[in-house]
Order: sequence, then C-alpha cells, then structure tokens
Amino acid sequence: MSSVATPAPVSGRRRRRTKLQRRQSRLAWLLLLPALAVVAFVAIYPLGKTVYQSFTNQEFLAGITPTKWVGLENYRTLWHDTLFRNSVIETVKFTLITVSFEFVLGLVIALVVNSSFKGRGLMRAVMLVPWAIPTVVAAKMWQWMLDDVFGVVNDIGVRTGILSHPHAWISDPATALASVCAVDIWKTTPFVALLLLAGLQVIPRDLYEAADVDGAGPVQQFFRITLPLLRPAILVVLIFRTLDALRVFDVFYVFFGQRPDTQTMAIYNQSTIVGDGHVGYGAAISVAIFLIISLFVVIYVTFVRVTDE
Amino acid sequence: MSTAAEAGRARTRPTSRAYWLRRSPVGRFIKRLAFWVLIAAIFIYALFPFYWAVRSAFTPPSELFNTPIQYFPTHPTLANFRDALNTDFFRRALLNSTIVAGSVTLISLLIGSLAAYALGRFRFRGRSAVLYLMLSMTIFPQIAILGALYTMISNFHLYNTLGALILTYLIFTLPFTVWVLTTFMRGLPGDLEEAAYVDGATPIQVFYKVLLPLIAPGLVTTGLLAFIAAWNEYLYAVSFIQTPQNYTVPLAITSFVGKSGQAFQVPWGSIMAATVIVTLPLIAATLVLQRRILAGLTAGAVKG
Amino acid sequence: MKHRALLIVAGLVGAGTLAVSLSVAAAGTSRPAAPAKAAAYPAPKVPNAAAIKAKYHGQKITFVGDSVGNGHVRDLALAKRFTKDTGIKVNVVPHPAASDQAYSDLVRNFSQKSSSIDVAMIDVVWPGAFAPYLVDLKPKLGKQSKIHAPGIVAADTVGGKLVAMPWFGDFGLLYYRTDLLTKYGYSKPPTSWSQLFAMAKKIQTGEQKSNPSFYGFVFQGNAYEGLTCNALEWIASAGGGHYIDNGKASINNSKAQTILDAMRAQIGKITPRGVTSYQEDQTEHAFDNGDAAFARNWPYQYGIGATAGSKVKGKFSVAPLPHGANGKSVATVGGWQLAVSKYSKHKDATIEFVRYMTSKPVEKFDAITNSNVPTIPSLAKDKQVYKTNPYLKPATASVARVARPSKFLKTHYNEASKAIFQGINQILNGTPAKSVLPALQSKLNTILKEK
Repeated sequence: MSSVATPAPVSGRRRRRTKLQRRQSRLAWLLLLPALAVVAFVAIYPLGKTVYQSFTNQEFLAGITPTKWVGLENYRTLWHDTLFRNSVIETVKFTLITVSFEFVLGLVIALVVNSSFKGRGLMRAVMLVPWAIPTVVAAKMWQWMLDDVFGVVNDIGVRTGILSHPHAWISDPATALASVCAVDIWKTTPFVALLLLAGLQVIPRDLYEAADVDGAGPVQQFFRITLPLLRPAILVVLIFRTLDALRVFDVFYVFFGQRPDTQTMAIYNQSTIVGDGHVGYGAAISVAIFLIISLFVVIYVTFVRVTDE
Repeated sequence: MSTAAEAGRARTRPTSRAYWLRRSPVGRFIKRLAFWVLIAAIFIYALFPFYWAVRSAFTPPSELFNTPIQYFPTHPTLANFRDALNTDFFRRALLNSTIVAGSVTLISLLIGSLAAYALGRFRFRGRSAVLYLMLSMTIFPQIAILGALYTMISNFHLYNTLGALILTYLIFTLPFTVWVLTTFMRGLPGDLEEAAYVDGATPIQVFYKVLLPLIAPGLVTTGLLAFIAAWNEYLYAVSFIQTPQNYTVPLAITSFVGKSGQAFQVPWGSIMAATVIVTLPLIAATLVLQRRILAGLTAGAVKG
Repeated sequence: MKHRALLIVAGLVGAGTLAVSLSVAAAGTSRPAAPAKAAAYPAPKVPNAAAIKAKYHGQKITFVGDSVGNGHVRDLALAKRFTKDTGIKVNVVPHPAASDQAYSDLVRNFSQKSSSIDVAMIDVVWPGAFAPYLVDLKPKLGKQSKIHAPGIVAADTVGGKLVAMPWFGDFGLLYYRTDLLTKYGYSKPPTSWSQLFAMAKKIQTGEQKSNPSFYGFVFQGNAYEGLTCNALEWIASAGGGHYIDNGKASINNSKAQTILDAMRAQIGKITPRGVTSYQEDQTEHAFDNGDAAFARNWPYQYGIGATAGSKVKGKFSVAPLPHGANGKSVATVGGWQLAVSKYSKHKDATIEFVRYMTSKPVEKFDAITNSNVPTIPSLAKDKQVYKTNPYLKPATASVARVARPSKFLKTHYNEASKAIFQGINQILNGTPAKSVLPALQSKLNTILKEK
C-alpha cells in the first residue's frame, strides 16, 4: 500500500494527535458523510426496520386490525415452514451446481484464452457480452430456446439424434433445476473466466519456463505453479459467485413464477411479502435469509484464514 | 542447451509424450487444431443465444411457430421491430432506464469519489471500519430489505416513480464504486498532494484538480459498471413500479403482450425484437470498452 | 491495435441499430392499431350526457383498465367518447398483464389510501378482498344492476353492499376440432372426462404419425390463477366440491382425489409434458396451430381461431366441458367488474362513468369489437352479438357456472389461490393427490381463520 499525505506517527513519539491530524480526520469524515448517509438511509435503517417488523404481525391489507408485537411467533412458524425449508434446499442446490460448473468451466476457458493469439482481445470482449445482458432478458431468450414444442434446443437435439423426442425442460421437475442452472452458467461462466484470466496474467512467464527446463509436464505445472498463484483470484471469485447464487431471483421468476417445487429463498420471500401481504412474517424470512448468507460468509472467511498458513 | 533438454527428457519419462506433442509438427498441428476448436466452441457458446434472438426477431410472427424450425429466416421482416417500438411503454422504458441508470451512475461517482478521497488519501481512526463496511455492503442481499424499503418509499410518496429506483439502486452501486475508486486512489503516489499543498491549495482543490484527473480511467470504469448494474436490475423495479409508463427495460421486456389477442398471448417475435434492440447497443458498448470494464472488475475483485 | 477497426465497426453497428429502430418507430403510428371492426362499430353515445356535463364538467378521473392490447384500445375508445359527450376527462391506465400483479398493485394503492385511482377493473374474485375500500354502488346503480346476470351481481355484493358492477364475463369452454372428430368416427364432442381421454388418445395416435408435435388435449396447467380455474372445473364436475364449501375447506375428498389423479396420469400421454407450464397463450397457440384435438380455454380464443388466415378456421367449435362420473358439466366464472375507490375525490363523476361502461349499448360494443362475453343475458340473443360470439349459443352459455371461493377468503384470496394452484401443479407434475390434498386442506382452513 502506498503511503498517504499525512505524516505517520513514528514509534517513540508521543501518541498525541497533532492539530493537522485532527483536521485531516475531520475533513475525512466530512467527505465520507454523503456516502455514509446514503448507506445508513437505504441499507442500515431498512435492515433495522425489517428486524423490528419480524417481531410483529404486520400485514399490507390490515384493514382495521392494528399491528402488534408477537415476539418470536413468526420465527416459530418459520421453523416448521416446509415451503421455506424446501426453498433453502433448492437455493443451496442451485448454488452448489452453478458455482462448481462455472468455476471449472471458467478455469478451463481462462487457460485456453490465456495464450496469446490473434483476436484475443476480441475473444475477451465476446466473453463479456453474456454478462452485460440483463438477467431477465437472458432468461427470456433461454425460455424461448428451451420451449418444449418450438424450442431450438429440442430441435437440435432431435436432429442430431441426442434426444429421441422433444423434452419439456422447464416443466419436467427432473430437468427444471438443470434448465435454470444452464442459463446462469451461460451468463456467468465467461465472466468467471475473465476474472481468472486476469489472475493468470499476473503469474510471471519465467516460472513456467523454468519448470519446462526442469522437465515438469503441463499437468504438474498446473498444480504446482498455476493453482497456488491463482489462489487469491479463485477465492474472490468463489465467494462472490456463491453469494450471488444464494440471492438468485430473476431467472427463477421468469422461468417458474410461483411454481412450488422450484422456489428459491428470494422468490419465497418476495411472494410472501408482495403476494400474500404478510409483512411481519416476510420480514422474519428476510432476517433468516440474511443470517444464512452471513453464515456462508463466516464459513468462507474461516476457511481462508485456516488454509492461509 | 540441447544437452540440458536431452537430460531433462531422459530424466522424466512420463512426460515424453507431452514433449513429443509439443515439439513435433504433427503434435503442434493437433494442438493448434484443438485450440482453435475450443476457441470456436467458446465463441458459439457465448453468442448462439443472441443469434437465435436475432433470427427470431426477423422471423414473421406467423412463421415463428412453424414446425420444422427454420434456422435462417426465409422471409425476414422488420414487422417485429416495428411492433416492439410501437409499444408505447417499451419506448418509454428505454428512456426511463437511461434516466435511472444515468442518475444513479452520476450520484455514485460523485459521492463515491469523495468517499474514496477520504479513504484512500487520509489516515484516520475508523478508516478500516468504514472500508469493511463498504465491502460488506457489496454482499448485502437486496431481498432482505424489500418490505421495509417499500414502506419507506410509500411514506416518501416515491412509490411508482423513477426516484424510488434511483434511491434504492444506490445500495449496490455506491459501495462497489467506493471500494474500486479507493483502490485507484491508493494506487497514486503518496506525496502527490504535498506539492499542491505547498502551493496553497485547499484539499477540495487538490481533489478535483490533481487527483480526479489522475483516476479518470477508474471513474470511467466504475461508471460503466454502475450503469450496467442499474440498467439490468429487476427485483426492485418489479416491486416498486406500477404503471407501464414508468417501466424500466427489464420490466418492459417481461410485460409484452400480443396485439391481436388479449392479455393471454405471448408475442415471442416482438419480445425477441425488443431484446435485440436492447442488447445490441450493450454489446457494442461492451466490445468497445471491454478493457475498461475488465480493469474495473479486476481492480475490485482481484487486487482488492 | 489490430482489431480497432473491428471495434469501431461494432460500435457503429450498435449505434446504427438504435438509430434505424427509432426511425422505424417514428415512421409508424404511435398507438397500437385499432382492429378494423371498431371502425365499423363506433362507441355508443352517453345517455343523459347534457345533465352529466352540467354537473361534472371538467373533472378528471383515473381509470385502471385492461392491459395493453385490444382491451386497452377498447378502453381508450370508450373513454374518448365519454369525455367528448360529458366533458369529464378520463385518464386510462392499463393494468399489468399478470392478474396477481394487477392485484398487488391495487392492494398497494388501497393500503396507502391513495386518491390516484378513481375506478378500477377488478377480477371477479376480488370484490371480497377490496370490499372495505370500495364505494357502495347500490344507491345509484342498483337499478341498472338488475339487467345483469344475477349470479355475477351476487358475486359483486359483499355484506349487502354492491361493491362492483359487472362489466364483461368469462367462462371455461371446451374447444374441439370438428374435422378430426369426423375423421376418426366421432359424431359429437365428449361429455365425460373418460370419453375425452379416449377420444384424445385415438386422435393423437393417428395424427402423430404425420405431425409429431400433435397432442390430444391442452389446458392451463401452470402454477398460476388459471390453474385454479381449470382444476375447479374438473373437481366440481366430478362432485368433488369447490375447494371451500360453506366456509370450510372441502378439497380433501375421494372424488377430488380420483379426478386429479386421472388428470395426472394423462400428463405427457395425451397432453404435452410441458402442459404444466402452459397458460392461456400456449394453449391457444397449440390449438390454433393445429397441434391439438381438444383445448380448454376462455371465449377469447374463439375470435382468434376464426380470423382469416388461421389454420383452424372453420374446423373447430365449442362445447360444454366434460364432467366426471355421475357429475354434471360446469364452467368456472371469470370476467371483470368495475369498482369505485372510496378514496376517490370524484365519486359521483366516476359513478356516471361506470354507469356508461356497464350499460347495454357499451357491452354490445365490447362484445362485437372485442368478443368479450356480455354480462347482460338479454344481449346473448342480439343477432349482431351472436354473430361475432357464437359460443353464446344456449348449449354452452347455459352451462352451470361455478365460482372460486373468494367470498369466504376475502382479503386472503390470493394467498389461498396460491396454495391451491401450487398444490395442484405439484399433483400434475407427478405427486399423487393423496399426498397433497390433506396438507392443502389444512392450509386453506388456516387461511380461512386468518383475520
């Protein structure tokens, strides 16, 4: 990290803050004020309000019944709510499938594109394109491609003989999750590949040359040089992708709407608040989702610290 | 040179085939072929859905539902595009999305650069705390505060207005902007401001005369990323916007209804035409600005 | 850079597309094209216009009407006529296409006590939910309500208040291919579900030889409100009740189980596997593309299939839906009503608007230009109306109507319907009915107890 303009306290000197430091500090906080105000207003305050609402029985169309405090009742109901439990399972399944596929595929693509060749810049640009598209637009495109009667996926499958007859990818519960994963994988793998590519390009070439001289094969080089040096990038990619996958909403909403067996946590939450009007219970679900996501963050941070000997 | 290589070859038997592959002309050719096949596969994988959208957009509605499927429209038509653009709320949606995404980007850059100035060029107690706060905000689940946001928005009479979106989108654009711009600020030499201070400049002048121009690439990058993120957002848009006049582009795309029927017909031709209209500029922008975008993403993710 | 030229070309392509599209749009009209029929039949004039003008001239009201499409066009035409005759300005706002979204929007409006909506088009199952927020129309429109179908008026009356006026109706129909029935030796459409299954199977087996995407029967099986309507027809026609009867959930009975399992067994056999994602549009596409022998849909499908150029023009007809063993045919009531918000600042002017919209001449206009089902029974005998709406023939029009149980659920109708369509969608997707119905029944009872 580069040094900054204020003089750093030298060890041995008295730790009294100089007038300059105090003025700098005041100025810094002043500069931070707008950003902190926005964050407090649109994020912290609503979060607090949600936590408060989760202890009440607030409804949208309450009529004349006043909202009252109900303590942990919402959470007790939530604990027995099978629909919520299923949505958590569905979300976790989705996360595991997409993150693993995206990581493996992305790494392979990154390795391929890493070598310098004509048109590499164009390749990189092309790979960014799926990421730039609105998720609902991508979902709509895939919904049309996966159509059970007029979809091109079925057409290609039948023509090439892979499929014996057209398949209802979205309707059939056996393939529903796979079809939604396909959209996400299509959209995000190139993005993952690009991030890993950036990490790959920081690795110095001469390490590989030295390994070549030593007689190490490409596989050995991969596991001994590439992976360890790519670790920071991999960790960042994994955690961001995992958290994004846990919050998934758009694709499931476009494909399945209110279908019961394919709800994610976010869809169930939105449907409870906006569809059923249960603000209080919905707030409890929100808090639960927040805790689940925080749990993943804690696991990740612990894992990083533990493996960081 | 050759003795070392030969010695290496003799020492590690199992890699000899790989060595042969790498060196002999046939092996090189196979490798090149495999490489280009993979590149082509990636290319098709990334772009085929667009080709299909374009092809569907140019196919007349009466032929869209024909079996067998045509891979290349035999009677290309502009009718779908006309339908999509004649749809009042779709045109408005393009305008609305531009307003929302543009405002969010400008506000984020303004507030974010000020915050990055403080976090990147000053040392003060609580700096790490604020930095971690901003980082943790990037993983904040938007769904969790939907209910509370809704109440707030209606209390401020912002429901069904673009203002509601501009305000709430800052939740995910501002923290990321602050984080990336701070990285850029920190990357500048440490004694940059000293010369300016000696000349009697105030900190604000230092900010916009010295630092801002130097991190201009970072501003472009984060501005782009914020714009794209705001443009693509769906959850808040579908929850806070009611009338079609105020739809943003993602809402509009999912709200297309057929003209010749009532609310029950899904006009795939018009939807695909709208999709093409929306995505082609985005693709063009991405292709032209891909270096900037990548720089921003990696600055935020890898180096940070 | 070598590919700089390429990037510039790409940028120009993108910008060019945008420019071309915008100019194409500018060249075209800025309003959706009105159907040719509307030009031949103009919006009727407002009766008593002078008196209304004298009292309410200049007021502005907002009308949340039909979603973008033909319905919106009709709303605009009528509003224009109304404004011309009475001087009351009507701002027509189309509601979202998805029914549950339209519902949520109205919920939000009422919960904020907003005066921004004066009159709204509401689904036949919503009066119970919105009754506390609606004006009682009986004093001013009670007399006019007597010309409408009494069943619908009853659905619009909550706690003695007439909270909405019937506007246009809807009910489930069985569409069938007359030419295919003849080809395979059937003289009339099926009257029972088992008959339909058998006929569909025979026709499908024969037709699939030349058309692999042909299926026997299509309907709305997606997890949404439409499935609640479809399933009600199966269950009620088999004597399995109406989800909730006499204030208590009644869905968990053997007759309902039998018919639901029978339907489940047909998924992927005489219906496409994807039928559990079908809504009205997929049903209509399949049938009008010639890929189905039977279809269950609302009357709107008739007009589309009968237009010139349709693949099935002249080859189809409608009949009452089949019934279960020892049951009788029924049709789920759909349709829309007009309701006045009690937070409106222009209640009287709005009521005059509602009076106009639900009058006989306007319903006739709607039936002829939009093939909507009039809620005034006498109109079914009108020759012009009958010509454009042949499903109004007595055989189909007089089928017993069944209503979804919104009366008992009031503000919780949406939630209960969601439980119902989710449960039935689950059954159709492969879960046996006896694993789903008991939980569904207790969930419905829980919702019924909610205040």
